[in-house]
Amino acid sequence: MQKYSGFGLFKHALSHHENWQRVWRNPTPKKKYDVIIVGGGGHGLATAYYLAKEHGITNVAVLEKGYLGGGNTARNTTIVRSNYLWDEAAHLYEHAMKLWEGLSQDLNYNVMFSQRGVLNLGHTLQDMRDIERRVNANRLNGIDGEVLDAKQVQEIVPMMDCSENARYPVMGASWQPRGGVARHDAVAWGYARAADALGVDLIQQCEVTGFEMEDGAVVGVKTLKHGSIAAGRVGCVTAGNSGVMAKMAGFKLPLESHPLQALVSEPIKPILDTVVMSNHVHGYVSQSDKGDLVIGAGIDGYLGYGQRGSYSTIEHTVQAIVEMFPVFSRVRMNRQWGGIVDTCPDACPIISATPVENLFFNCGWGTGGFKATPGSGNVFAATLAKGEAHELAKPFSMFRFHDGSLIDEHGAAGVAH
Amino acid sequence: MFDIYCPHCQEYREEEEFHASGEAHIARPLDPDNCTDEEWAEYIYFRKNPRGIHHELWVHAAGCRKFFNITRDTQTYEIKETYKVGEQPTVTE
Repeated sequence: MQKYSGFGLFKHALSHHENWQRVWRNPTPKKKYDVIIVGGGGHGLATAYYLAKEHGITNVAVLEKGYLGGGNTARNTTIVRSNYLWDEAAHLYEHAMKLWEGLSQDLNYNVMFSQRGVLNLGHTLQDMRDIERRVNANRLNGIDGEVLDAKQVQEIVPMMDCSENARYPVMGASWQPRGGVARHDAVAWGYARAADALGVDLIQQCEVTGFEMEDGAVVGVKTLKHGSIAAGRVGCVTAGNSGVMAKMAGFKLPLESHPLQALVSEPIKPILDTVVMSNHVHGYVSQSDKGDLVIGAGIDGYLGYGQRGSYSTIEHTVQAIVEMFPVFSRVRMNRQWGGIVDTCPDACPIISATPVENLFFNCGWGTGGFKATPGSGNVFAATLAKGEAHELAKPFSMFRFHDGSLIDEHGAAGVAH
Repeated sequence: MFDIYCPHCQEYREEEEFHASGEAHIARPLDPDNCTDEEWAEYIYFRKNPRGIHHELWVHAAGCRKFFNITRDTQTYEIKETYKVGEQPTVTE
């Protein structure tokens, strides 16, 4: 792998940037791999990277039906935070946060991780009680957090309407200074490049159409383009399509796939240097480095695999943003899109063994998977390497829905996470 | 944006008046005292979540406030039919 550095940039400038190495290979798949990962998004690529880096398993393939990072990795609103209420979830997301903090150096790829802080607004007395409880729980878990009043919120976000005249006046907020945003595409590309350098085969445009089974165990996958490929273990990281993959393997998951939409405005001058989320008014907004306002809110209520939703949802989203920021009312929106999110009944993911031996699933991240990308890949790699759940992944078994040990994160999951 | 025919009101109304309430035809266990944990989980949490034809429960929340079912393709979003609760769908695949 060609190492990126300031000096390298200078050196390549001398040859007019015409000799940069390809970022990853485009290999033909082998007949057999130790581990096959289905799904080449952020989580799948991170899994492959940590398998190779931390567990020395380099005979790995990532099979992606489209192109790398083209699903929800390319469609999220790039927010990173770890202020979840329950210990299990908080530990998992904080594990991810710690990896985020060294990720650009680790991957030798600038993922533009910017810890500009995340505000979760409270508009009612109950909101404020919940915020206080959550911040205290966070601090006990070693996660940074503060409870702010309306005046402190106004100081951080001068452009927001924090007056008492608002329809839903801001009473305060939780504030996680270490939260922020990262460049979503760079995360996928960075992991892909680093995994490829360690010997992982990234196979694009290779749709998996079924599993090869023997005696209740998976022994490989069937693909549309390359026939059958054998595997010791298979990890499925297919987000919105996880239910479809589970059906191929002969079992059901407690997931429902919904459209989740987001939109960006035309680029404007710097106006918002943090992330603002409101559960109550129901919207969230940040400003990208390019200058566009990145806006999102809730899912469309119906099932959908079409990567698009209804206009009414966008209207409600924009209403919420204008309620918080009347100053944005004349900003024109530039692009709008949708992704398929696999929502779980308790708003927590599934990182789990399955009824099929040697087949593992990492799914159910629902509306908030991006922030967990490094942690998710890290614990799922350990799970695949050892054949049993990583310590942090244990509470997230799919079988928790049988014994009732759910981890209800609907509060901290918020708008959409 | 869906244009939904409410079988109770017998007219097309826009999606904003309706609310999706998940998978239809989920029968409550007949013998609840003797259900295993797996059977309860199946009833409460596990859903078909198909990519394709789906029978789902909707409510005309800002209209007649009655529940009814829709057969819809979750990939193309095409609504195949709407029918009252208690009736069976005519489109199944």
